[in-house]
Amino acid sequence: MSETIKTDVVIIGAGPVGLFAVFELGLLDIKAHLVDILDKVGGQCAELYPEKPIYDIPGIPQISGQGLVEALMEQIKPFGPTFHIGEMVTMVEKDGEAAFRVGTDAGKVFECKAVVIAAGGGSFQPKRPPINGIEPYEEKSVHYAVRKMDHFRDKKILIVGGGDSALDWTLNLQPIAKRLTLVHRRDEFRGAPDSVNKMRALVASGDMDLKIGQVTDLEGADGQLHAASIKEKDGSTNRIEVDAMLPFFGLTMKLGPVAEWGLDLENNLIPVDTAAFETSVPGLFAIGDINTYPGKLKLILSGFHEGALMAQKAYHYVYPEKKLVFQYTTSSTNLQKKLGVA
Amino acid sequence: MSDVQEVSRSAEVNSDTKPKITFIDHDGTVHTVEAEIGSTVMETALRNDVSSIVAECGGSCTCATCLVHVDEKWSTMVGPPSAEEEEMLDAAFEVKPTSRLCCQIKVTKELDGLVVHTPAYQGR
Repeated sequence: MSETIKTDVVIIGAGPVGLFAVFELGLLDIKAHLVDILDKVGGQCAELYPEKPIYDIPGIPQISGQGLVEALMEQIKPFGPTFHIGEMVTMVEKDGEAAFRVGTDAGKVFECKAVVIAAGGGSFQPKRPPINGIEPYEEKSVHYAVRKMDHFRDKKILIVGGGDSALDWTLNLQPIAKRLTLVHRRDEFRGAPDSVNKMRALVASGDMDLKIGQVTDLEGADGQLHAASIKEKDGSTNRIEVDAMLPFFGLTMKLGPVAEWGLDLENNLIPVDTAAFETSVPGLFAIGDINTYPGKLKLILSGFHEGALMAQKAYHYVYPEKKLVFQYTTSSTNLQKKLGVA
Repeated sequence: MSDVQEVSRSAEVNSDTKPKITFIDHDGTVHTVEAEIGSTVMETALRNDVSSIVAECGGSCTCATCLVHVDEKWSTMVGPPSAEEEEMLDAAFEVKPTSRLCCQIKVTKELDGLVVHTPAYQGR
């Protein structure tokens, strides 16, 4: 599956800084597509602290992480950005002057004039449980997501975790599994009460197994799991036959593919200039927490500022023939038209 | 009257030695550091470059990357996790009865001498 999407700018990361970049680019008639690995917009604000108040957004004494994301989405609505969520950018290639090719793990390819990396702390990726020798099984019989349910038909499935992901997949896969075992560290579940009740009913009727404890060992060959050892709360260790394991321990931030795009990283951060927040590759910008420069502060407000200056420079890649005249939203009818208020 | 009390109280805090906290890493490395009363054990770790504490979410109790195992001698004094923290511990690994997310442990005078053990792996 491959489609090529032509646009002005691709923004990697739909956190607050990536979102506000849409606004600053939009005022300059620059169209943007955003790609984010999470299944929602907002980045860390939405994933890590949706309900926590933020106190240092200029002019807003207090706003929650999710509140800020919603406000930004409202603010950028006039510019009609296109979102590609649940996708990871795996490739960024310079393809001539003011021309880039950007590819995602879902097989999409973008052709654009500038790229903005607004990837914060990197990509949110599933936490890998610290079980010795788990690596060879990953993507073969240890999965951190379910892409095709049918892949699990008639398999002996081991699901690990106590949240909604673990419970939802327990309930979805139990009917097609040969046998399903859920392992969780305690006999309480933070998932939706309805899901918990359904799971408990399946355990009570003998249609699945629930074990309280943790997975300590895996057995198998050539990436194919055969068995897992589970240390249970009473101290005993029991071995069960397993064809597939699905651990759900939440997400953690990893730098991810950014490291492979030919940028000279400093401590996993992307060095940029402070006139346009451009990297060593012309037309490739980095804004927000992922960049570094003398005096850098990892603040949302700094990322907003960086986005505004980035847009001024990006304009020259998108409209090389045109001259940019600086305007204010308070007084420019032109800008107000773009915002849909004039 | 209250003014006088306030002054003496703050003087007491200033003159007091700061509580000391000891982080013992998985590999045996010992970090004994001074903590500010009212800050968290997580903040104390970060301020003192205890790199076995990741604290990805910065203290929002949403990432479970500041796991510590409170030393047995201190677990009663530190106390149990809140319900919210207990839920978040589900996203940590090798959780023990004395495990806590150290962004949720506030430093008090009583915790002077606290010993916590840090895990080898915080999920990344």
